[in-house]
Amino acid sequence: MPRKLIIDGKEIEAEDNLTLLQACEQAGAEIPRFCYHERLSVAGNCRMCLVEWVGAPKLQASCSLQVKDIFPNKDGTPAKINTNSPAVKKGREGVMEFLLINHPLDCPICDQGGECDLQDQAMGYGRAAFHRFAENKRAVADVDMGPLIKTVMTRCIKCTRCVRFATEVAGVPELGATGRGEDVEITTYLEQAFGSELSGNIVDLCPVGALTSKPYAFHGRPWELKHTESIDICDAQGCNTRIDTRGRSVMRILPRLNEGINEEWLHDKGRHIGDGLGRQRLDKPYVRKNGKLVPSSWADAFAAIAARVKATEPDRMAAIVGDLAAAEEIKALKDLMIRLGVVHLDCRQDGAKISGPRPAYLFNTTITGVDAADALLLIGCNPRWEAPVLNARLRKAWLNGGLKVANLGVPVDLTYPVEQLGTSVEVLNALADGSHPFAEVLRNAKRPMLILGNGALARRDGAVVLERAARIARETGMIGPAGTPADGGWIGFNILHTAASRVAALDLGFVPGQNPDGTGGRDVAGIIDGAQKGEIDFIYLLGADELPLENIGRPFMVYQGSHGDVGANYADVILPGAAFTEKDGLFVNFEGRVQEAERAVFPPGEAKEDWAILRALSDVLGEALPYDTLADLRAALVAELPHYGRIGEVPLWQGADPAVWNSLGADGVFETDVPIGQAISDYYLTNPIARASRVMAECSRVLLCGGDQKVAAE
Amino acid sequence: MLADKDRIFTNLYGFDGADLASARRRGNWDGTKAILERGPEAIVDVMKKSGLRGRGGAGFPTGLKWSFMPKEVKDRPHYLVINADESEPGTCKDRDILRNDPHTLVEGALVASFAMRAHVAYIYVRGEFIREREALQRAVDEAYAAKLIGKNNIHGWDFDLYVHHGAGAYICGEETALLESLEGKKGQPRMKPPFPANMGLYGCPTTVNNVESIAVAPTILRRGAEWFTSIGRPNNTGTKVFCISGHVNKPCNVEEAMGIPLKELIETHAGGVRGGWDNLLAVIPGGASVPLLPKAICDDVLMDFDSLKAVQTGLGTAAVIVMDKSTDVVKAIARLSQFYKHESCGQCTPCREGTGWMWRVMNRLVAGNAAPAEIDLLQEVTKQVEGHTICALGDAAAWPIQGLIRHFRPELERRIAAYNQAAE
Repeated sequence: MPRKLIIDGKEIEAEDNLTLLQACEQAGAEIPRFCYHERLSVAGNCRMCLVEWVGAPKLQASCSLQVKDIFPNKDGTPAKINTNSPAVKKGREGVMEFLLINHPLDCPICDQGGECDLQDQAMGYGRAAFHRFAENKRAVADVDMGPLIKTVMTRCIKCTRCVRFATEVAGVPELGATGRGEDVEITTYLEQAFGSELSGNIVDLCPVGALTSKPYAFHGRPWELKHTESIDICDAQGCNTRIDTRGRSVMRILPRLNEGINEEWLHDKGRHIGDGLGRQRLDKPYVRKNGKLVPSSWADAFAAIAARVKATEPDRMAAIVGDLAAAEEIKALKDLMIRLGVVHLDCRQDGAKISGPRPAYLFNTTITGVDAADALLLIGCNPRWEAPVLNARLRKAWLNGGLKVANLGVPVDLTYPVEQLGTSVEVLNALADGSHPFAEVLRNAKRPMLILGNGALARRDGAVVLERAARIARETGMIGPAGTPADGGWIGFNILHTAASRVAALDLGFVPGQNPDGTGGRDVAGIIDGAQKGEIDFIYLLGADELPLENIGRPFMVYQGSHGDVGANYADVILPGAAFTEKDGLFVNFEGRVQEAERAVFPPGEAKEDWAILRALSDVLGEALPYDTLADLRAALVAELPHYGRIGEVPLWQGADPAVWNSLGADGVFETDVPIGQAISDYYLTNPIARASRVMAECSRVLLCGGDQKVAAE
Repeated sequence: MLADKDRIFTNLYGFDGADLASARRRGNWDGTKAILERGPEAIVDVMKKSGLRGRGGAGFPTGLKWSFMPKEVKDRPHYLVINADESEPGTCKDRDILRNDPHTLVEGALVASFAMRAHVAYIYVRGEFIREREALQRAVDEAYAAKLIGKNNIHGWDFDLYVHHGAGAYICGEETALLESLEGKKGQPRMKPPFPANMGLYGCPTTVNNVESIAVAPTILRRGAEWFTSIGRPNNTGTKVFCISGHVNKPCNVEEAMGIPLKELIETHAGGVRGGWDNLLAVIPGGASVPLLPKAICDDVLMDFDSLKAVQTGLGTAAVIVMDKSTDVVKAIARLSQFYKHESCGQCTPCREGTGWMWRVMNRLVAGNAAPAEIDLLQEVTKQVEGHTICALGDAAAWPIQGLIRHFRPELERRIAAYNQAAE
């Protein structure tokens, strides 16, 4: 029920579940704050947000006072709130002085300088610049929080945002406040590195320079940076990011607010992958001569490819799309391959058995839909590694709505209680025929959902898994009417992809085509198998680096991509492409939401944007693609897939047609002796950029491989 | 002087046994069932009429506090929590109740829980009170054995009473910090609202009362609100246990009528000020957190909530700390500042940073090592702390210093002048 308030003389109606701080903001008043954060619990400890409730004996902390607790005056008139009276001003000045007396004021050497809440609010709400504190300042020992977070704890103002984030959002309660009074210190228990995939967010949350980014330390000042809106490509969630660049280098990557996807969080890989963009780069074309890759010109590289293509039957050629490709280059490669008559195409490097109608490979519940779910079955996926920000959302659903979760697959700590159902695929049979106890939980749930991951789909019997999962979805009421949960709609069948390119590639049909004789084209396993047997002579890799190429034999391989990783090692011709920061590209997340990443910097050296490389190559091959600009290419893309024109929108439950769910996968027999595996074995090293990053290597070493095991001599 | 027949704590000094039989002989547990039969509403009504104000320091009317509890038990159980974390420097009244008269408290806990429809009560005992906790636990065990409390007891109200031992932090005597501590968390005050009567222990409706407030309840209910209001002054009714310590000849705890003149209290019960009344320098009338009073005010001030408030101090816990002229009053207050600096929980900014600042300035003022303007600075800092914190500890740290500056400013200025002269 809204309640009337007079805030600074302006009468407003505020919902009674708001805090007074939010109501004041509604009335246009600016309230300074340090500890308060919309997405964390209210701590009320910094006391910066004091306002005056006329008639109350004391100033009120507006962040913790709810509108419903502000009763009207005795004569029935609305309560009067002042946010700018002399008393409030004095109160704020007092609090600000207390915050500053033990703050080192080392702004010139502090990385937070220029984007520091304390700095800004001291200017706005503090007293004129003079010191009254004649005592010595407090010094606090720094804490080791691992490779990503640099601490200067003397600067800490004990707002406890980081503690609350770790406990509430990340679900890794490893931070806390020890000591009492002025000896309070924020620390990790037992001096451990902060073991969360979301740890970087506490740097954003810290209102002062106590927690700053370790890899970015002393690298730049915020006013020197150019901001570019981008999309994270380290997983398939498509977290919105902001790339901060200076000159030609990417200085840092920060999350950008998007309520529908990542709220304002970003996972550590997406945040700290930046240094990998400058290492191991392919910056000029290479051609293999006498067994060695030697630098060459674009013309020579294209000529070498053209010679080989001309000499090869289309049936002996194949193309594979990697995990980081944007929709434009996937389309360009597909168009080129079709012109060449190649049918052995695939985008599923991991061998996931998915394809088919669009809802069959999407995260249909959508990310915001997760908030409404009340039962969840995980099949062969580890959302904490495969989509850490989604995992925080699942945790939120558990916290707020008591989401019941069961996991069929490798047992992992997901930061919320999970019922482990083992690693045997046969459990799927029991769930499908309803004999498993968790099937009962799903049936009784109002909005049950399942998430099917690549740990299960990439099995050889992945198609059977898919069929069983669809059957579970049908049998337990996951397939409801179309629409948002608010409108009563619900589709609880979800695929969790790990590759940023996957949905776009599936949308564009980058899967095995049909031979003229009617037989199917080869998938990834078939292509590699064919190469080993000498049946495939030419493979075009578009940034594909996750393939088992050790025994590939000697096909002619073209690697187009940004980093010298696995694919480039085996290549006969290397075409240097652009990383995701270096091109305008469309990425489609696992919900099917099309988003645009803008170019932040130019590709290094002679590297080019990937679609343009393919366009130029098509000319040399005599099969010129019909678009000369990115705009033309986008237009062609939208003509083929109209929803690619609606950037940022999530397609709402287009899978409502029940027939879709009846025809998924293939009925068959499980390989029961193979346990369900994991899609990712090392969270920090899942793609070529991450593997080139020293920061990610350090994270992997410290956080996943047991950390420093130095010998005495070191 | 309070007549012996009007005393509630008849074994405050432990001359008689603390056991159940002795307590019964003194009148405890007499007609408790009849009290409960009056019903919760009637009990709360008597408590309201008695005018009993909370004995823990803030002086909030007890009956009114009880009436804030929901009238019906819905999905959440009700709790009574008794605050026996008596840590206010100078205060030792609850300690004697716990060790010598524990059955007043156990009976009070049953009556109060019944009045608030609680089936469970917790007594949070200060960490340093080892023997007191043991004495209390013995009384609780006796009451269980005699079926006075527990499931299916003779009073017909299922009631479990748990004694919880704290770990010795002063802040855990703050009601919401006490609840946090009782829940097993770090003892840090919560924000109010929501108040404990709505969201208290484990998120359930809870009332937190001082030991003395609960222990006097059965006697008030037995003897009637009129009897209680006949003692003391309007709005400051009844009897109160005063703790007199410091420079008196016979420091003691004594139960007296509210509103007794301070001078009479000290001279009658504590054997007078050491060296005679004229040797008095100042008195802290209500435990460490209230401003002190110089002798001139002590001469005729009355010991109750409203009289002391009128002279800008408070009754607090009625812990009278007497200081004669041998006292270094600045050093005494500096010591209190150190106490508050040490006991601040560190949660909110003004208290965390302010207590340390105030203590450091106070320390320098002891020797006079300061500029004259720092007296005003100190006063301003106390005002910056006061009223801006989550709980009252910030206020408690500020008030003694404000009292010192209010009444002993010339002494501070003298020291500064002397120090600076010596330095030149």
